Amino acid sequence: MTTTETPAPPERPDTADSLEIRTTPVRKRLIPYWLLLPGILWLIVFFAAPLVYQASTSLQTGSLEEGFKVTWHVATYWDALAEYWPQFVRSVAYAAVATVLCLALGYPLAYLIAFKAGRWRNVVMILVIAPFFTSFLIRTLAWKTILADGGPVVGALNHLHVLDVTSALGITEGHRVLATPLAVVCGLTYNFLPFMVLPLYTSLERIDPRLHEAAGDLYARPATTFRRVTFPLSMPGVVAGTLLTFIPAAGDYINAELLGSTDQKMIGNVIQSQFLRVLDYPTAAALSFILMAAILAMVTLYIRKSGTEDLV
Amino acid sequence: MAVHETTRATAVRPPNRALRWLRRHIVTIAGLGTLGYLILPNLVVMVFSFNKPNGRFNYQWTRFSTDAWTDPCGVADMCGSLGLSLEIAVWATVGATVLGTMIAFALARYRFRARGGVGTLIFLPMAMPEVVMAASLATLFLNMGIQFGFWTILIAHITFCLSFVVTAVKARVMSMDPRLEQAAQDLYATPVQTFLRVTLPIAAPGIAAGALLSFALSFDDFIITNFNAGSTVTFPMFVWGSAQRGTPVQINVIGTAMFLVAVLCVFVGRTAGKKRRQRS
Repeated sequence: MTTTETPAPPERPDTADSLEIRTTPVRKRLIPYWLLLPGILWLIVFFAAPLVYQASTSLQTGSLEEGFKVTWHVATYWDALAEYWPQFVRSVAYAAVATVLCLALGYPLAYLIAFKAGRWRNVVMILVIAPFFTSFLIRTLAWKTILADGGPVVGALNHLHVLDVTSALGITEGHRVLATPLAVVCGLTYNFLPFMVLPLYTSLERIDPRLHEAAGDLYARPATTFRRVTFPLSMPGVVAGTLLTFIPAAGDYINAELLGSTDQKMIGNVIQSQFLRVLDYPTAAALSFILMAAILAMVTLYIRKSGTEDLV
Repeated sequence: MAVHETTRATAVRPPNRALRWLRRHIVTIAGLGTLGYLILPNLVVMVFSFNKPNGRFNYQWTRFSTDAWTDPCGVADMCGSLGLSLEIAVWATVGATVLGTMIAFALARYRFRARGGVGTLIFLPMAMPEVVMAASLATLFLNMGIQFGFWTILIAHITFCLSFVVTAVKARVMSMDPRLEQAAQDLYATPVQTFLRVTLPIAAPGIAAGALLSFALSFDDFIITNFNAGSTVTFPMFVWGSAQRGTPVQINVIGTAMFLVAVLCVFVGRTAGKKRRQRS
């Protein structure tokens, strides 16, 4: 089976053909299929087929030495869920909190860029995008320095007795931030914040500022204007932003690995270690399927609820 | 009584004014706070590129030194991994941009059967946590007995960049006025000329955006690479490994340099664009 390795674009269609007027109708009708063929073939071989392979792997039993066989061993799913449900719950909880925080932090920034920055708009925009260009692993490691035990941040939080409160709530432990849920959520929020800010900005920017003036003329207070006019009009951005934040955050394992301890392991950490260290492929496959199904179900429900199905 | 009232009123007014000021600027303050939160780690990376740590880890400030800047490739294998990442990013960008642009044109310009199916196939890779895609692709390679390395990384990167290119290019082509092409043909342009001199220049910003996004995504990808790299080490893989073994200061030098080059490129591009606009 070496042929699947190179699904080289089979004779790339002449794109100029798409504009040929005198081509025969049949040839013309085939143009979109020629355009689609290489890319779709690529996605079928390297995206859809792997999912099928993974489905069959999740139903296999065996070991590395003896090889794996499909035995329709559905129990793998139940065993995986029974053993790793805390990590599932934790992943969803962390991702949800990080998404809400991203929205709370990102909205003012997007609003600032869209309506208040004026001639500084482009500079602020560049400052939002520029951090992307430093590898995100390096930036996540920088949080280790910022939140270090003897560092100024932890010192200040201790001084203000904030860590006593958060420890009582179970978000931190002792007088430190690193290796606690707070650090992981903080890292997740930081990493996915731009994915919230950019779609929010795009939808806010489209709002006609005269609508604000009209609301003011009709005696709406600024808070009412925001609640009744601005926020509803920015809903597409809110939905897109929350999806772009929640989905990668729920599958992430980098923040939990670098900023957390063994008590903050998320489902991504489990899949990674089952696949790359324990080499228990059926369990890893079953876990990824459960994660995928859970996220697709949540996303579908969310899109239905928020009533913006035309978004995707 | 009256005296008492007035003193209270004057005592209350200053905080009132401060409160009013705060209320008027609360959004700006919160926005700038968020911006600070976004920038802070970059500043830390920059400052710590001038550190000379005592141990193997560069997490604590020890003393100022420019050693790392004068010897950026002084760490074994780091610059090699950087080169590999750049090479993969370039080829992944080329592959994803060519395949993605073709799909985008088909979706934006033609009606055909299975449109919904194609749309779903494009959307799903973006709506799925990276770790799922990574594990499934690695399962395929394992089952096929394909050696992990450069090619498996490249294939994985093209696969996840493809959907983003389609989305970027499609948006641009959809907003294009089809009458421009008809006009070109009315003026006796051949189909090839029409495509090269009308269609392509109009679609170019979308294609460029898709290509840039692909490059950034591929260059910085860790999760999918981690599953499909075998023993090959890209730059993010190197950083990940160093988080376990000890973080050399040179990592911060590379991070800072990438940040500065990107900001510089944006500013140069903007001023050049402004000049061109002024001329025309």
